[in-house]
Amino acid sequence: MISLRRMAKNQRGTITAVKVAGDLGRRIRDMGLVTGTEITVQGRAPLNDPVALRIRGNTLTLRNNEADYIEVEVED
Amino acid sequence: MKKKIKLALAGNPNAGKTTLFNALTGARQHVGNYPGVTVERKEGEYQKDDFQAVIVDLPGTYSLTAYSEEEVVAREFLAHEKPAVVVNIIDAANLERNLYLTCQLLELKVPLVVALNMMDVAKDRGMEIDVEKLSAFLGVPVLPIVARSSRGLDDLMAAAKAMAEGRLSAPDPAKVKISYGEDIDQTLLTMTSLIREHGLLKGKYPARWIAVKMVENDEALLKEVNETSPELGSRLQHEAEKVAEHLMQTFDTYPEAVIADHRYGFIKGILKRGIITHRYDENRLYTSDRIDRVLTNRFAGPLIMLGILFSIYQITFSLSALPVAGVEAVFGWFAGLIDALLADGPLKSMLVSGVINGVGGVLGFVPLIMLMFLCIAVLEDSGYLARVAFMMDRIFRIFGLHGSSVMAFIVSGGIAGGCAVPGVMATRTLRSPKERMATLLTVPFMNCGAKLPIMALLIGAFFAEHQAFYMFSFTLLSWVVALFAAKLLRLTVLRGAPTPFVMELPPYRFPTFKGLLIHTWERTWQYIKKAGTVILAISILLWAMMTYPGLSPEKEVVFNHERAQVASLHEAGSVVGEKLLKEIEGRQGAAALQNSIAGQIGVAMEKVTWLSGFEWRTNIALLGGFAAKEVVVSTLGTAYSMGDTDPEEVSSLGQRLARDAAWSPLVALSALLFMAFYAPCFVTVVCIAREAGSWKWAFFSIAYSTSLAFILSTGVYQVGRMLGF
Repeated sequence: MISLRRMAKNQRGTITAVKVAGDLGRRIRDMGLVTGTEITVQGRAPLNDPVALRIRGNTLTLRNNEADYIEVEVED
Repeated sequence: MKKKIKLALAGNPNAGKTTLFNALTGARQHVGNYPGVTVERKEGEYQKDDFQAVIVDLPGTYSLTAYSEEEVVAREFLAHEKPAVVVNIIDAANLERNLYLTCQLLELKVPLVVALNMMDVAKDRGMEIDVEKLSAFLGVPVLPIVARSSRGLDDLMAAAKAMAEGRLSAPDPAKVKISYGEDIDQTLLTMTSLIREHGLLKGKYPARWIAVKMVENDEALLKEVNETSPELGSRLQHEAEKVAEHLMQTFDTYPEAVIADHRYGFIKGILKRGIITHRYDENRLYTSDRIDRVLTNRFAGPLIMLGILFSIYQITFSLSALPVAGVEAVFGWFAGLIDALLADGPLKSMLVSGVINGVGGVLGFVPLIMLMFLCIAVLEDSGYLARVAFMMDRIFRIFGLHGSSVMAFIVSGGIAGGCAVPGVMATRTLRSPKERMATLLTVPFMNCGAKLPIMALLIGAFFAEHQAFYMFSFTLLSWVVALFAAKLLRLTVLRGAPTPFVMELPPYRFPTFKGLLIHTWERTWQYIKKAGTVILAISILLWAMMTYPGLSPEKEVVFNHERAQVASLHEAGSVVGEKLLKEIEGRQGAAALQNSIAGQIGVAMEKVTWLSGFEWRTNIALLGGFAAKEVVVSTLGTAYSMGDTDPEEVSSLGQRLARDAAWSPLVALSALLFMAFYAPCFVTVVCIAREAGSWKWAFFSIAYSTSLAFILSTGVYQVGRMLGF
């Protein structure tokens, strides 16, 4: 289990926890990043941050320091 | 006649809400604001046979929490204005996330009809959606539509009509009662009965919804509850805190997280029951993703971005040249007509110098601005702007801003030709008050459309060989100055932590023709309206300031005496005599202007502005520019045509400036710098005051930007002088 920040490009995984409350937590969850969601790292911005995620056939982006709160069980 | 039904349109951003709104209402739209807040309120009329409706396009939201002003507005609208029917548009290709909002609308127990949009895209992606099953599970009508090609709209509106007239039942509460797990459900039960008992906010929100929101720790609702009934509020809050504490201890999680998880669980549960069938792998890459591989590529992405921004310049400037000349010719013809029809006097002077020069100077740039807006609309509607935000966020964050700030900057003129007024308004999507304020105070530095005329004028007159290069450089410079100013503000008066970035990269789409036209026209119209109202008034006011009190009788005697001398020395009509008379007339005009109210202010300001190389005429123009930037051009025009009253003089203002001794390329550069960064026009200032919620910030904006502009232009002018330019 690693934090989303440490996932490599094209790596797949399932969210196991979103450990943040308040505005950031709400926003993350509203956008569909909840426990049990499958994600794939689609790529990163030219300056390596933010990161683009593939989630249920759509693309979301978030900053690395926001990805820190999301724990992922990665597939090998 | 039948009463019009109020219909609200709700949905996620990028779900096709605006397209549906445009398809239903056509051009019958009205844009206003919600009372008290600054979120845009769009209304339109729909009519088909005997069904008449006022459609309110609610701001696009992902949820009904209190994350942003948009969400609070949407919620307030639904609770207060109680629309007869709410049409929730959802993206068929993105069902799970879109249904998250639907769930919340169901919990709010609004009369709901779901419009399942982009069925064509879903089909292309190999998705089959069982619409009837979905409708049965949600307990509300679900109608498949394709908003872009207006398919299914009649059926949708028929269902909406039936719902509004009460011929369809409201959502079945038993069906949509989402379980949030044993612990929370127990607490909700206790809270709900307390709320029912006391009739808390009865008629506004359903009791269970209030309980859910309180457990979610929704600030806006907590505030409302505590204002309505502080005693009951604290009892309810106590219950909510109890369960929160319990969840933290046993599961190391927050109630909000549990609630969100269960909502998504509920949605998954529905979708699993054979509603969607995928023919291909859900995560396979589509055309849009393949485009993204190139457009957001580490190396190619930024280069292409620069290329796209630069080509917008080339397109707008080359394509607009002909229509701009055409509009100018029309106004020239108009001025000639009035000149021929009216006798010399104050009325003719006002019409020609005040009205036609003022408004004509502004309207002459309409073709250019329209093209620019069209380009921006293409970027916006195609989804490329979101990629720009994605690529730019890392940089923006350095300056204490947000990737979304890019929208406000671009609308304000990050791609030259925007307007700071909608730009200032675009800062509303920013959540953090500090990042928002920093954006608010720095977007007026951008190259707005109103600055373009003066840039085109000065660059055309002094740097004609490198026109596109200079225009582009000034846009880049405006970014640099704005960003550093933002950083400075975030380190001093606006210190604080950053806000969440989490956002969506919508699939690329071909913009619809109708959408582009409405988009472009709305913005161009804003500009024209400004020209027709504020600028006309200011232009006339400035004409008066520059005309009155006029030359003192003593001075007039002196000029008349000079003229008599010329007449006595030279034969009437002789070349030398005419030349001398013309020269006297020019000096007389200049003296009259210098003696006018504006002239006196301008002359007084020379004491300071000589440091930047500005003479009084430039000062007058810059003063006028505070009223509205485009007035700088018309004022310079008025100032110079009045100082040189020869009606035979047909050379354009640019050539006139290039010949003037007070101007040089260095002065032009200094003036360009000052003009680009000094106080925003007063329309913007008024907007800043409104958005920031206080006039203090508006005055701060005027003071700090004018100081900054003065330091910049003086620096360049003085250094340039030392280097011998």
